[in-house]
Amino acid sequence: MAAGNTYVAIATQTLGSAAATIDFTSIPSTYTDLFIAVNCGPTSSGGQDLRIRFNSDTGTNYSVTILRGVTGGLVLSSRYSTQTFIYLDVSGGVSNALTSSYNVNVMNYANTTTYKTVLSRFGDVGSTNTNAATEAEVGLWRSTAAITSISLSYGSGNIMTGSTASLYGIAAA
Amino acid sequence: MPVLGIVASQMSGHLFAPSGAYDSIATTTVGSGGSSSITFSSIPSTYTHLQIRMFATINAAAGPILRFNSDTGSNYNGHLLYGEGGSSFGAYSYGSGTSINLSWFGQGYNSATSFAGHVIDIFDYADTNKYKTVRSLQGIDRNGTGMLEFVSGLWRNTAAITSITIPAESSTFVQYSSFALYGIKGGN
Repeated sequence: MAAGNTYVAIATQTLGSAAATIDFTSIPSTYTDLFIAVNCGPTSSGGQDLRIRFNSDTGTNYSVTILRGVTGGLVLSSRYSTQTFIYLDVSGGVSNALTSSYNVNVMNYANTTTYKTVLSRFGDVGSTNTNAATEAEVGLWRSTAAITSISLSYGSGNIMTGSTASLYGIAAA
Repeated sequence: MPVLGIVASQMSGHLFAPSGAYDSIATTTVGSGGSSSITFSSIPSTYTHLQIRMFATINAAAGPILRFNSDTGSNYNGHLLYGEGGSSFGAYSYGSGTSINLSWFGQGYNSATSFAGHVIDIFDYADTNKYKTVRSLQGIDRNGTGMLEFVSGLWRNTAAITSITIPAESSTFVQYSSFALYGIKGGN
């Protein structure tokens, strides 16, 4: 059995000013999975959903299935097919508050045989109880290309100052 | 590893290891003939927790299951919370099962391109004073169908886990399905 440290920090971004996207580019193909830890908030009012795209693909090649629990004891499940991105949440973050957090797993991202699967968790404690939500997403990018870049954005407005995103590579023996 | 601005209570999806504490133990990728079962054996007891990261699919409407130390007795319990989109969701539990179900509703969409992702955490696997607890997040989406599941499981045995078997129930994992086992160390 092989052993060795295989959980490697690739890059971290902290926004010094609001930005439309957080991008990771030139991602090496030397890992098996990618993991992204995100803490952020939108500048726009009304709540915005964070989205993820790969390799600058803006075509309708994405889909997602979602399970979430929201304030009031509601449990919901939904699906969005033939999208131009994968939703990382559909509850919407609180505007101008760094209360949205995400754990994003991009499975087998460098293989060139299968489509790419994303497993994600979202939580927002909210500025008031009405904003609280927790979600899980499974997304699909219908491309067999190796993922070399990742872009995070909201539907409108910017990602607020102080938002952080860290990309890790997980290698296999 | 840097300290991130993440609320600790929201980090419930996966174990998060500091640098040097997360080791790759073994990896298996299924070949062209498929495979009915994957086994990790001779697992060292030197870690605190184990994590399995699966990227797999099955060529029938079946779900993968999990067994430890070749135990096929009725020594497993489990709970699942699932969502299938379209407002369909629910929960299920079972007792005295002969395995832990990693996907109660199956992942077998017979697709050569859309694979399910699983991240499975096995806690205190070498502790001989307690039963073994498993937590998993798994899902598959196929642009029109799909499902997402939270899984918890219990193996009612205090033995240290030295082998893990993941059968594809009565079917086979398709080519390119991959299974990676990691060891996570605890602090001193």
